[in-house]
Amino acid sequence: MLIELKNVCYTYGAGTVYEVSALDGIDLQIHEGEFIGVIGQTGSGKSTLIQLFNGLMKPTTGQVFFAGKDIWADGYDLRSLRTHVGLVFQYPENQLFESDVLKDVMFGPKNQGLTPGECEERAKEALRQSGIAEEFYSVSPFELSGGQKRRAAIAGVLAMDPEVLILDEPTAGLDPAGRDELLNLIKHLRDKRGITVILVSHSMEDVAQYATRLLVVHEGKIAFDSSPKQVFSHYRELEKMGLAAPQITYIMHDLRERGLRVDVTATTVSEAKRSILMALSEHRSLSTD
Amino acid sequence: MPSIIKAVKLGFDYVKYSEESETPEHVSAIRGIDLSVKRGDFIAILGHNGSGKSTLAKHINALLVPTSGTMWIDGIDTSKVEELWKVRQKAGMVFQNPDNQIIGTVVDEDVGFGPENLGVATEDIWSRVDDALSKVGMLGFRDRSPNKLSGGQKQRVAIAGVVAMHPDCIVLDEPTAMLDPNGRREVLEVIRDLNEKEGVTVLLITHYMEEVVFADHVYVMDQGELVMEGTPREIFSQVETLKKYKLTVPQVTELAYELKAAGVKLPDGVLTRQELVDALMPAADSGKVEA
Amino acid sequence: MGEIALGQYYPSNSILHKLDPRVKFIGTIVYIVSLFLVNTWIGYLFCAGFLIVMVILSRVPFHFILKSMKPVFFILVITMLFNLFLTPGEPVVKFWIFTISDQGISMAVRMGARLTLLVMGSSIMTLTTTPNALTDGMERLFSFLKVIHVPVHEISMMMSIALRFIPILAEETDKIKKAQIARGADFETGGLIRRLKSMVPLLVPLFVSAFRRANDLAMAMEARCYHGGDGRTQMKPLRYAGRDYAAYAILAAYLAVCIVFCWRHL
Repeated sequence: MLIELKNVCYTYGAGTVYEVSALDGIDLQIHEGEFIGVIGQTGSGKSTLIQLFNGLMKPTTGQVFFAGKDIWADGYDLRSLRTHVGLVFQYPENQLFESDVLKDVMFGPKNQGLTPGECEERAKEALRQSGIAEEFYSVSPFELSGGQKRRAAIAGVLAMDPEVLILDEPTAGLDPAGRDELLNLIKHLRDKRGITVILVSHSMEDVAQYATRLLVVHEGKIAFDSSPKQVFSHYRELEKMGLAAPQITYIMHDLRERGLRVDVTATTVSEAKRSILMALSEHRSLSTD
Repeated sequence: MPSIIKAVKLGFDYVKYSEESETPEHVSAIRGIDLSVKRGDFIAILGHNGSGKSTLAKHINALLVPTSGTMWIDGIDTSKVEELWKVRQKAGMVFQNPDNQIIGTVVDEDVGFGPENLGVATEDIWSRVDDALSKVGMLGFRDRSPNKLSGGQKQRVAIAGVVAMHPDCIVLDEPTAMLDPNGRREVLEVIRDLNEKEGVTVLLITHYMEEVVFADHVYVMDQGELVMEGTPREIFSQVETLKKYKLTVPQVTELAYELKAAGVKLPDGVLTRQELVDALMPAADSGKVEA
Repeated sequence: MGEIALGQYYPSNSILHKLDPRVKFIGTIVYIVSLFLVNTWIGYLFCAGFLIVMVILSRVPFHFILKSMKPVFFILVITMLFNLFLTPGEPVVKFWIFTISDQGISMAVRMGARLTLLVMGSSIMTLTTTPNALTDGMERLFSFLKVIHVPVHEISMMMSIALRFIPILAEETDKIKKAQIARGADFETGGLIRRLKSMVPLLVPLFVSAFRRANDLAMAMEARCYHGGDGRTQMKPLRYAGRDYAAYAILAAYLAVCIVFCWRHL
């Protein structure tokens, strides 16, 4: 087990009159190689949750373990934890600061105390994986296009060679092509490098397509924790939480209601297509009988 | 009736100085744009990042003036300096980042900012602000600090700020790009309301294909040019062409397109869930009819 | 969540809250002047009495006013100690190398009282006036400077924009800091030079963001027809009401009494 949260609570302004409970009694286990989608309304506590994973926030009560060790125990090296658990914040391009792209990506490895040679090697590898062409290495990060900036910033986290990559709405503000590119990049990292991915997203369609496991955070608690298919079968409860299921789920339910025997757990276009085609031919053969 | 927005062979070039090359580079951001928008229409403009959408939008509000061709707003040539404030009053503009366009430290003061600049009398400012805030459903928040609002609420305040200037048309440059789904829904509802109930001409620039389904007319931009134009149905029935311009279609449309490719009898450019289900059921029952 | 209380405004509906910001600004100046006019115990008592009446009228809980003392508490103590030990006069207490004179005690107490009343007095203004109203008030009060080409409107516009963006930039600083910590940055350890160097990954993005915001905001202002103060009307123009004139009268009377105290050495 990679990350484990035991009865974690987080309260903002604990001990003052402005106490706000952000997370309440979270028990959670994250295993190697998972692709976890995290959904929840703004203010549900999901941003707090992901910052607990790499020790940026300290739980008010409860424990956080990484690879079996309590990260808030005395003498635990939090800085090295952060290289194992990479966190990409929303609009990560806002953190770029160096005079050229390569140097910026080298910032993480440099903080790890690697030699300049190793740093450069890591940075180049990360940039390659993020799909930034070599001609841009010496360019100022501020001259890149929006999508490129985003990918360069992600490379900055990848260069630390993390085992877990947490991304907070990485596609926000990108155009459709940029969104697809980035999601495919993340999927690729998981498939090829075996990185455990935790993806916070507002797009049900995206998590349905990529995640193997889905966490629904609602009012500081984990409301659902299972496969996307199972979570989206509770779409009416999701709606009560201000969330929704992918469009496809609704179409499948509509069709089922009208008497077409489709698979209502389909959540992606390709699944839906297969199921509808099958149901259509079945429907015809039934009615001809 | 004359068009509210009209552009003929509109182009905008700028000079780019780079460190590497000695000679400045001439870049053409948009070119050869012909546009004619009817009063009261809901227009959507699609295009990937860097396709020139924002540059075009800034011409409508005279934040930029064309380097070639002409743009008219309600018959006024936007390049005429003496008409600048009139153009900006007639064509209001809402931007992407909700934080970077609210000037006031209190909601109602921000909405009053435009009318103040226009020199509207104090009592009239108050009635305009009340009216604009209630149209976007934010009247209850008038004494709040904008910093305490959600993204969707901030964007509605920004829209109210434009509405209070009594514009003929509103240009919205990716107003929902930085919002969560609920914020997006709120803002889109307000925009549709303004268009339908108040008859305000709307020009919406967006990346979200679902948002343009309700538009009267859609334009697609690529590399500084208008490359497609038509009703949402016409545009979304050309799935392959859209992909070429780095755009997608709504999931419903994509599913319908895939099913059709697999031989199911469906119309082109299915836009909504209801349409798809209605169209699929006869296809399902057609076996029965033939039998 | 990192909400920064700016200017410490305390919302209420008291008579002091309703007063025109110009009255409160001038009132605060008058009060500060009065504290330097009086020099006797009766005088200080009178000033303190006036302050207490104001506190009651403002309906701001007293601990909020005490809180305003927190940032200046250190200065207050230092000032009092300096006066206590360094004022020459008849020695009262003597130990090791320190001597405390009767003059010193009286001076220290007086300075302490003066400083306490001064800070509390001005905190009443900031507690009962929004930063925005204060900016407006100052724009109007100093509008006479326009004659000598001081850009009063522009300065006031800058101040109110700054007020709006300080919390946003503070939040942004926090975000960037966290993002860099997640990349292994260390802002806490090391000597002064190292710490200053470690600020670069924080400050560069912050400046970039501030400039982008400034650019966006300027465009948004232009798009809404902003073209400086000329021909501009006001949504909330400042107009004196009856209570404001009454307040001016009370202030004048108060100042007169203080002048009498000063003149008569009471």
